[in-house]
Order: sequence, then C-alpha cells, then structure tokens
Amino acid sequence: MAEVRLNGVRKVYAGGVEAVKGVSFTVPDKTFCVLVGPSGCGKSTLLRLVAGLETITSGDVLIGDDRVNDKDPSDRDIAMVFQNYALYPHMSVYENMAYGLKNRGTSKADIDKRVKEAAKILAIEGFLNRKPRQLSGGQRQRVAMGRAIVRQPKAFLFDEPLSNLDAKLRVQMRVEIRKLQRNLGVTSIYVTHDQLEAMTLGDMLVVMNGGVIEQIGSPLEVYADPASTFVATFIGSPPMNVFPVSVDGAGILSLADGTRVGATSDHKGDLLLGLRPENLTIDDLPGATFVATGRVALMEPLGAETLAYITLGTSGPEIIVRLQGHATQPPGTPVTVRAAASAIHRFDAKTGRKV
Amino acid sequence: MERKVVYPHLVLPYLLLAPQLIIIAIFFYLPAGQAVWMSTLLQDPLGLSVRFVGLENFEIVLSDPAYRETIARTFLFSILVVVVALVPALFLAIMADRVVRGASIYKTILIIPYAIAPAVAGALFLFLFAPSIGVISWPLRFVGVDWNPRIDGLDAMILVVLSSAWKQIAYNFLFFLAGLQSIPKSLIEAAKIDGANAKRQFWTIVLPLLAPTTFFLIVVNVTYAFFETFGVIHSMTQGGPGKSTEIMIYKVWYDGFIAQDIGRSAAQSVILMVIVVALTVVQFRYIDRKVHY
Repeated sequence: MAEVRLNGVRKVYAGGVEAVKGVSFTVPDKTFCVLVGPSGCGKSTLLRLVAGLETITSGDVLIGDDRVNDKDPSDRDIAMVFQNYALYPHMSVYENMAYGLKNRGTSKADIDKRVKEAAKILAIEGFLNRKPRQLSGGQRQRVAMGRAIVRQPKAFLFDEPLSNLDAKLRVQMRVEIRKLQRNLGVTSIYVTHDQLEAMTLGDMLVVMNGGVIEQIGSPLEVYADPASTFVATFIGSPPMNVFPVSVDGAGILSLADGTRVGATSDHKGDLLLGLRPENLTIDDLPGATFVATGRVALMEPLGAETLAYITLGTSGPEIIVRLQGHATQPPGTPVTVRAAASAIHRFDAKTGRKV
Repeated sequence: MERKVVYPHLVLPYLLLAPQLIIIAIFFYLPAGQAVWMSTLLQDPLGLSVRFVGLENFEIVLSDPAYRETIARTFLFSILVVVVALVPALFLAIMADRVVRGASIYKTILIIPYAIAPAVAGALFLFLFAPSIGVISWPLRFVGVDWNPRIDGLDAMILVVLSSAWKQIAYNFLFFLAGLQSIPKSLIEAAKIDGANAKRQFWTIVLPLLAPTTFFLIVVNVTYAFFETFGVIHSMTQGGPGKSTEIMIYKVWYDGFIAQDIGRSAAQSVILMVIVVALTVVQFRYIDRKVHY
C-alpha cells in the first residue's frame, strides 16, 4: 500500500526517440489510475519505467517514500500483469503463482496458504495442477492476476491485460478487476487504449498523447470537461463532434459556408466547437443556444438508440447526433440540430486547448 | 487441439513421399539390409569362398574383450563429445543473444566452423596440438604439461573429443540461439519482477524452456558422435595410439577394409546400428515426454 509519484519522468531511447517527454503525476494510495491514449503515446513505456523494465532518462519515480529509479524490478515491490499474461509455460498454475514467493524465500507453508487464498478469490482452485496451455484465455488471465496478488505488493501494474480476450470476456474481467482492486485496496496503474475500459475502471484517468499528458482527472471530469480536442475526441463513443467555426466582429459563430450556429464567443481568432452526440437533439429544445440547420445524411438504428449523421449547413461538417429510440428520417430530410449552452465546448483552433 | 484432416486421395500422398522414400530405401535400407545379410557370412578377403555361418560372427565379435572395450570407449567418447559440444554452444548462444550491435557478424563467425569438412577440422587440430610445433601444445609444455597425443592415449582422446565437438558447437549454437530468441521477452521480465536474479532466471525459466531444443540436439549430437566422427579420427589418430581412440565406427571400417574380415565388420555394423536405434528410441520414449510442456 503506497502512493506512486512521478516527477518529470522522461525516456529517450538509444535511437533518439523521446517516448515520454517529462511526465508528472501522483497516484494516491489505493487509487486505480488508468493511463489511456492511442498506441505509441508512451503509456506502456511509462508503465515499464515504473516497473523498472526500462531505465529512466531523467526525472524520478517514487513508490511510497522510496525513490526507485535505480532499483531492480524485483526490489520495487510491485506486481505486473502482462498483455500476453507471460505465464511460465513449463510450470503448473500453482508453481506460476508460487514462483515470486519462492524467489523471495517465503516459507512453504506460507506460500501454500497464500496461493490457495488467491486461487479461491479468483475461482481457479480447480486448475492449480494444470499447465497454462490447458487453460482458456480467461483462466490464464486469472492466473496472471493470481500471480500478482499472492505477492501482496505495494502496487499493481497492468499492461493492457484484457486486449487478448474476446468482447464478452473482456467486459466480465473488467468488472472483476475493478472489484478485486477495491477489495484489496492496492494502488494500481492500468494501461489501455480502450477508452471504455478507462472510463469504467479508473478512479483517476491520465490521458496521454505523443509522450505528454493531455489531461488528468476522474473519468467523469475528463468526459464532461475535456481540456483539449484530443481528449474530447478520444474519450466517449461515438466521439465528440469537433468542427471549425469562425468568429465575426460581433462574436457570432458561423460555419465555413456562412451558416450561423446561434452560439457566441468573445474569443479572438477561429475556434473549434465541440458537441457530444448525446447532448444534441433534432427535436425542439427550449432555450437552446446552439441552433443550426442541416440535412440527414444517414440514420444508424442501434436498437435502444439511433445515430443520426447530419450534414450541417449546406456543405458540412458532418456531425453525429445520438437519438433515443427509433428515428427513421430518410436521407436529405431537413432538420434543425440544437444543444444547450452547457453542452458547448470551445477550443482554440491553433492549439486545440480549451478556451 | 489436434484435428485430423482426411484427404480422399489414395495415390497422391505416396507419390509426394516417393522421392524421400526412394532415397532412404537406396541409401539406408538397402545397405543396412546388405550389412545384415553379410554379417551372417564368412568370406575370404578376395570373396572367392563364401559360407553361411548364421550368428557365429556375432558370437565371436561380442565375446572379444577388445570389442567390449571399444563399445565402452565409444560411449565415453559420445558423452564427452555431446557435453563439450552443447555446453559451450549454449554459453555462446546466451552471449550472442545479448549482443545488440553487430549481432549478425558474431553469428556468422560462430557458424562458420560448421562449413568445414571433418577431415580439414582434424588436420587443423592436428597442427594446433602437434607435440613439437603446435601453437597450443607449445605453451602447454611451458607450463609443465607433457602433451603428446601420439604417445599418450588420454591426450589423444582429449584431442579427438575437442576436434569432434568443435565442429558441432556451431550447429548447436545456431539452434540454441533460435531457441533463446523464441522465448518471449515478457517471460523474462515477469521473472525479473518475480524477484529472480540472472542465475535463477537461467535455471528456472530459460533452461526449462530450452529443453525441447536441448533434447533435439542431444539426439542429433549422439548420432553425430557415433557415426560422423569417423573423418576426424581417421585424419588425426587412426584410432591410436594403440586402440585408445578407436570407436565402433572406426573399428567397423578397420576390420572390414584393412583387416579384410567382411563378415565380422558387418556384424559390428549391425550391432552399432542396433545400439543407435535403441538409444534414439529410449530418448524419444522417455525424455521426450518430460521436456515438452
């Protein structure tokens, strides 16, 4: 049990590639922190820096009060769950889980007790004598978790542990990982590129892009108040609609083709406007600030809801509107899209940062 | 899960196997059959009188104390060759696996010995270890080792083991390197996090995962030591001094082609074949099960 702190951590590879460009944040004790971002954003490298599998170029990593920069992975008191599980194929499930304890000289009786406890928690008691190849993907995943929890480490590190599972199992394991972490109360850092996993698992989200942090916050904060267009389009599915608007002298916003959208701004220079599909409607909305006309391009019925692709103004942009229930307007139907003032996000057109 | 695929063709599979089967038939089954037949005959050196004697050749060969010594010597020689060929190969492979820059250069250098013919390898070692002029035996004498493989049987044995194994190291190195590279990196990383130091990583993770490779190499190297070391021995010691480096395959050749005792030579070659087949069967039946996970 400990907090994990990163101070200006940088990682430059031998070839000169800077994978992590000075990252600082603190994961408080018992917190589930999710590092999320597209592939190549440096999130996995960051996790490996915390684990000690890569050397830190500059900056500090602290686990508890220990500066662990120069410590071997084995001395950092952490446990890691790998994407491909990394189970030892020649050892039984029991031996896999016992290996880390054995290396640390834990007594046989103690190992036995801990392994059986962990097996019980993860419901893999029946498989202790099996080899990893005799297990299904979900069971292997549990063994990998078991190997982590028997150690009772200061922190868990997860490197995309669910990406090798099928969709149904992924949802199930996601819930289990969350419950397990809550029950054990171990500080955890979890890397994923799946924004849904990030939203549902994390107490704390760290959104990364290109080796830097875009935003840190709770999942709902990040969702409700994205700091940049990157975060806005990365978190949420379907993604937030972001399109350019120009601001005239009176502060009135209009699309490229001159269609006015109702909203105003005192920002100087062009803006990017962000609107979540679920905050938009094509029905009447009293007091709506954003009002723009357009035509239906396509309707996608998903059962409980319908995604409407609407071309705003005469020539676009095309935005997505999430409608409740069934809607079946044919393509070309003229519609008016509306949103409340609170749902409008404004970003600087040049920097992409929130204004 | 293995699934059997059944094709409805009757002739095609045999046709596709035919080239391999024909080669095996002509170069293995035919000579082997001939050896079995010849081992039951007694003939004079010129082949003028041939007499069927049943198993008499085997009786004579097996009751000869010199032949039993040869068998024992062959086992000792094979074990030594296998160990000397495998251990350094594994060590080199581990080192080469860690090299980042110029890896292919190291690999090429380490593989080259495999391309050298046994007789050439023999000649090379003969020069290196020649008692009076060898670049290795000279400093050996300096430090007080009386090295002379032409007189001393043990020195001769060491010499043929070294030169036989040296050639095989390149081959084994290649397989060990491939084996090492097929071990997922994350397993080693997991072991590091699990608190295993380099030594424990090797003994508990790397070596067990190399077991199938090691097993394969043991089978190949045993066969090599039994049969293919003829060239090395012939070019270096001719089985001497005395009989101290005469292994079974060498004695087969010597008794047959020099001593002209075809029947007993054939009997020895049958015995040799039976021993190697038996060894291979034992290896596959008992070890194979333990090394595959």
